[in-house]
Amino acid sequence: MQAKKRYLLVSVVAGLLFLIYLWALQIGEFPQQHQYPHTPYHYQSHQQRQQDVYQSQPLPQKVPSRPARRWPESTELLEPYLEGGEQEEDSPQLHHQHTSPRERRAICNNIYKNKRCRMETCFDFARCQSGFRVYIYPPQRGDSISETYQKILTSIEESRFHTTDPSRACLFILAVDTLDRDQLSVQYIQNVRTRIHNLPTWNDGRNHLIFNLYSGTWPDYTEDLGFEVGQAMLAKASADVANFRPNFDISIPLFSKDHLLKRGATGYPTLNDAPPFRKYQLVFKGKRYLTGIGSETRNALYHVHNGDDVILLTTCKHGKDWEKHKDSRCDRDNRDYSQFDYQELLHNSSFCLVPRGRRLGSFRFLEALQAACIPVILSNGWELPFSEVIDWRKAAIIGDERLLLQVPSITRSVGRDRILALRQHTQFLWEAYFSSVTKIVLTTLEIIQDRVESHVSRNHLLWNSLPGGLYALPQYSADPAQFPFYYAVLGKNPSQRFTAVIHMVSPLQSHISPVVKLIIAVAKSKFCAQIVVLWNCDKSLPPKNKWPSTSVPLSVVEGQTKTMSSRFLPHDDIITDAVLSLDEDSVLSTNEVDFAFIVWQSFPERIVGYPARSHYWDSSRSRWGYTSKWTNDYSMVLTGAAFYHRYYHYLFTHYVPASLRTMV
Amino acid sequence: MYASGKYSSRGPALIPRMKTKHRIYYITLFSVVLLGLIATGMFQFWPHSIESTTEWTLEKGSVHDAPLIRLPGSSPIPERGDLSCRMHTCFDVYRCGYNPKNRIKVYIYPLQRFVDELGVPISSTGLSREYNDLLSAISDSDFYTDDVTRACLFIPSIDVLNQNSLRIRETAQALAMLPRWDKGMNHLLFNMLPGGPPDYNTALDVPRDRALLAGGGFSTWTYRQGYDVGIPVYSPLSADVVLPERQPGPRRYFILSSQTAIHREYRAELERLKEENGESLLLLDKCSNLSQGAALARKRCYKGQVYDYPQILQESSFCVVLRGARLGQAALSDVLQAGCVPVILADSYILPFSEVLDWKRASVVIPEEKLSEMYTILKSIPHRQVEEMQRQAHWFWEAYFSSMKAIGLTTLQIINDRIYPYAARTYEQWNNPPVVKWSSVNSPLFLPLIPPRAPGFTAVILTYDRVESLFRVITEISKVPSLAKLLVVWNNQNKSPPEESLWPKVGVPLKVVRTKDNKLSNRFFPYDEIETEAVLAIDDDIIMLTSDELQFGYEVWREFPDRLVGYPGRLHLWDHEMGKWKYESEWTNEVSMVLTGAAFYHKYFNYLYTYKMPGDIKNWVDAHMNCEDIAMNFLVANITGKAPIKVTPRKKFKCPECTAIDGLSLDQTHMVERSECINKFASVFGTMPLKVVEHRADPVLYKDDFPEKLKSFPNIGSL
Repeated sequence: MQAKKRYLLVSVVAGLLFLIYLWALQIGEFPQQHQYPHTPYHYQSHQQRQQDVYQSQPLPQKVPSRPARRWPESTELLEPYLEGGEQEEDSPQLHHQHTSPRERRAICNNIYKNKRCRMETCFDFARCQSGFRVYIYPPQRGDSISETYQKILTSIEESRFHTTDPSRACLFILAVDTLDRDQLSVQYIQNVRTRIHNLPTWNDGRNHLIFNLYSGTWPDYTEDLGFEVGQAMLAKASADVANFRPNFDISIPLFSKDHLLKRGATGYPTLNDAPPFRKYQLVFKGKRYLTGIGSETRNALYHVHNGDDVILLTTCKHGKDWEKHKDSRCDRDNRDYSQFDYQELLHNSSFCLVPRGRRLGSFRFLEALQAACIPVILSNGWELPFSEVIDWRKAAIIGDERLLLQVPSITRSVGRDRILALRQHTQFLWEAYFSSVTKIVLTTLEIIQDRVESHVSRNHLLWNSLPGGLYALPQYSADPAQFPFYYAVLGKNPSQRFTAVIHMVSPLQSHISPVVKLIIAVAKSKFCAQIVVLWNCDKSLPPKNKWPSTSVPLSVVEGQTKTMSSRFLPHDDIITDAVLSLDEDSVLSTNEVDFAFIVWQSFPERIVGYPARSHYWDSSRSRWGYTSKWTNDYSMVLTGAAFYHRYYHYLFTHYVPASLRTMV
Repeated sequence: MYASGKYSSRGPALIPRMKTKHRIYYITLFSVVLLGLIATGMFQFWPHSIESTTEWTLEKGSVHDAPLIRLPGSSPIPERGDLSCRMHTCFDVYRCGYNPKNRIKVYIYPLQRFVDELGVPISSTGLSREYNDLLSAISDSDFYTDDVTRACLFIPSIDVLNQNSLRIRETAQALAMLPRWDKGMNHLLFNMLPGGPPDYNTALDVPRDRALLAGGGFSTWTYRQGYDVGIPVYSPLSADVVLPERQPGPRRYFILSSQTAIHREYRAELERLKEENGESLLLLDKCSNLSQGAALARKRCYKGQVYDYPQILQESSFCVVLRGARLGQAALSDVLQAGCVPVILADSYILPFSEVLDWKRASVVIPEEKLSEMYTILKSIPHRQVEEMQRQAHWFWEAYFSSMKAIGLTTLQIINDRIYPYAARTYEQWNNPPVVKWSSVNSPLFLPLIPPRAPGFTAVILTYDRVESLFRVITEISKVPSLAKLLVVWNNQNKSPPEESLWPKVGVPLKVVRTKDNKLSNRFFPYDEIETEAVLAIDDDIIMLTSDELQFGYEVWREFPDRLVGYPGRLHLWDHEMGKWKYESEWTNEVSMVLTGAAFYHKYFNYLYTYKMPGDIKNWVDAHMNCEDIAMNFLVANITGKAPIKVTPRKKFKCPECTAIDGLSLDQTHMVERSECINKFASVFGTMPLKVVEHRADPVLYKDDFPEKLKSFPNIGSL
């Protein structure tokens, strides 16, 4: 027994020793991490900062057995890379006085043409000085224009950029249908080259925009359009980075001929599964190419398919003579293929694989986007649609075709919160830029307009957050803080004051007229910064002393057009974010004004007002009706007394179609 | 210590069963431990012994001790560099591999001194101070590996920052001699001053095969988008000069031009602008009357008047950064450091880190042609925006320009983001200064959807043993038209819920969940039974709410699905005397919380409460059996930045006889406890996220003089 106890004691002590030894090794690691104080003081302060910058990623665990070897500290003084006189040497004065900047620019403009076009060398900015106007060439007789191209032309014609005067135009659009440049296609148009070169203002394509969905043909699908584009910009689907002229061409999505002109189908918005969980993890259903060029990825998909939550199906059936080329897997693939319904997969999967097909882009991309199925893009070299402005990493997983086998583990590593954000972003992008042909075309035009005047353009935030670039007009302001939409993301609040705009159409009668009472009541509000009276009355302006004296500045602006909609003109006098729009006969107390303003501060993107009205569907006359009756719900508040953001003045004047404005 | 305790406690249990095999057992145990000890020891010290014998002599500390490599005159030269290279064609992604940390591994070649056959070095400066800083920063970073076989990216220790000091052909030969060169695949070169007289190419002239180039002066024609990285031209002043902190705001000068090497045509143009617009423009040039020397770089002159550079940059709102012979200018770094908004006139220039930085927020880019319109263009930018840009400019410098370390690590992070795009840093992480990062709110439910009415809501009732009251609540709630399901969370482990037959008969499914522990957080657990988006959390004693009130609350929630929509409103106040937060349940003009004794919210918040609650709040709540509702209010307000919505005027929710039981003193301690909760949560969140509002939601026709039977929600209680 004694011996046994001794043995026990010895083994316990040995175990303890071992543990202490390991523990000591662990501690030994710590000082190693901090024993490199050779950086001067200012670097150390930066080091801390850098940690903030990279905080999103966990610091790596150190491998205890292998101390990292560091770059040695040098003991002697090294030369700086830039000697004192270096910047002087970088002066054109010393080396080549003869090349003046103007000459250099001229040389550039001559060299960088065609394939190497950029805005500064191939675009005539002078044409855009009277604003960004788009001209469409008149169609020639006998032209066959595809339905899709007609939709594109219609959406331009209906946009606020359209002009019928070529001399005022900044951008020209061809009447010839260039969408389908596949020579085997029925919609292929012959003789485009001569047609284009005969245009009087072609000018080697300067300031022209050419739309294209399909280029090249079987078997190699080159990017050839069959005519020289010259200095014209290309808005092209399935753009390839190798041929894409950055910040000059525009990559557009491939959309089907069923894509609606205006009000596109809505997405499938539901956040019911938040945090998200869908039946399938990753799905794909599509063709596999036995001959000709095509995605190799699709041939390897069966390695990843697991029949459970990763459903990747391919079929060999396409073309007339597929059976001639069929391989050993075809029968089995085709059988699996027919067992699943595409729509069912699409709407019940978290991720959708979007591999390239014959060309780089595919219809599947928009379909997945619409279905809130996060696209997993495997299409090396594809310049993503509108990549100049859209941050696709917020809505898609961009993979590498070479790493197909990693895709399942990548998708599984995406956290549920991230999936929720990605999915909402797919819906935002779909709604904002892709849901209709008009949206796609307008986005294309807005991107070009942003380039024309770079200091009046949308930054990344305006393009990539709600409500999207098409509703955030940089001509109003390039500063996101001036819009009602971005207070939360910027961590700001709207200004604490408002401007009252009183719309007057009748003359000022006496000191007891309702408008005087109104002015006094509003001026007493502690949030009121100023009062602007918009004089839209045919009578002449009353003298200054007729107006009540107020503690806040009161200015009278004479309306120029005296129309109803001029009340929404973006007057420069309005300096506050909030506008209180008033009719002269509105009756309000100071308390009511204060309260409404406080409510508006909670909802700066909404109209907050007093008189409510609603619309209803009049089924007997099958049209909409308007009612001011007492109802249980409302859909409008009258701007006779309402708070809203001053940006809506700008939108009303510049965004609402002119026809609608004249009707008002 | 813990582990050793386990050992000794296990020991005695074994003793009684020991027989003759014990001896063998202990000997084996002992030898195993010993062997383990030796093995670990070997593991620890083995690599050290290898390293001490490796080629690297630099640890002794001198650059000039680096091994000398003589380049044969005939050694091969790499190809010039392929303009069509992209990550998917010229970069071997297999080297990087899939790893859970999503971080590339970077190897730095050991330092060598290359000389040609005659012994002339390939570079006049050798290793520059800046390149040494850069390499040392990378080797200290998490990207670094010393294992060449595991590396994904290789950085030569050949300094090519400044092309002027290089012998092009020999440098190229040296690159090709690198052991893993392999046509430049996965190699990264850093260059800040490319090209040379007379035509100044915008990319490094050294032939480099497929190597990636981090270059300081790319034009749009030499920059391979998504492959190369545009980097700043480092300004040595960044390290030498500490500028005082300067808040954004109006400054003495409007436009300042401080560069000394401006082409005379442009200088004439600037002079003309100054003539037209007067004092608000300041045009500085180098000082002719000062003696040459290092001090000269720190002075600028205008008509004999001497200004300190770069301090003077802080005195201007905008600072001109014109191209010289090269596109990239070190002046850009100085300008940003001073928090002056750069006005960049360099056509086709690829701005530093433009792949990730949003330069529109920090600079104004004007075509060179429009130099004469500069003043009008800049005048059109509102003050508030200028201030924003000033702040942004300074932040860019601080984070990405201020040192070679910042430049190097940013470059590596950009490449890292390309290789692991699904784990890339976001736009906000790159571009938002810390102050915005702190204050901005990105709601997880940002898509403005109005959920359809049809799915209805799930009522989750937390109960312990008040069966009678519970049944009354169930009966009341079951009258609400949009109720989809009732979920009773039975929190009493000692008592079983009543038999099924005893429960009130309701028209919707009724489920009872029994919990393992009596915890308050059970009410916020994301039960699978909750299938609707909307959840109504309700206590088992809230019997006064009418079905109209509940239905109306649901309608309001649909309008604001990302908010807490509830009935009892509460407020937090700052107690000036005590210097801390106070909980307030009296009648107030404001509301900052709604109690989850009766509140609608999105079921996503259940998930957040259970899995993403910061700090120890969840355990704290369970331990104190209080304040779960305050915690929920904090959580929702913090993540959405929005206030809750109180619906209907009702103030009393429990039956009068029940409230009478609670004595006044009990009420007082309750208030103290609740105040404590607020202070505790505020400290955990690091801020006070609650938002105060002064409005509530009532039905459109509430209190209107209108026939009650025509109102949608006539039965709205007033107390």
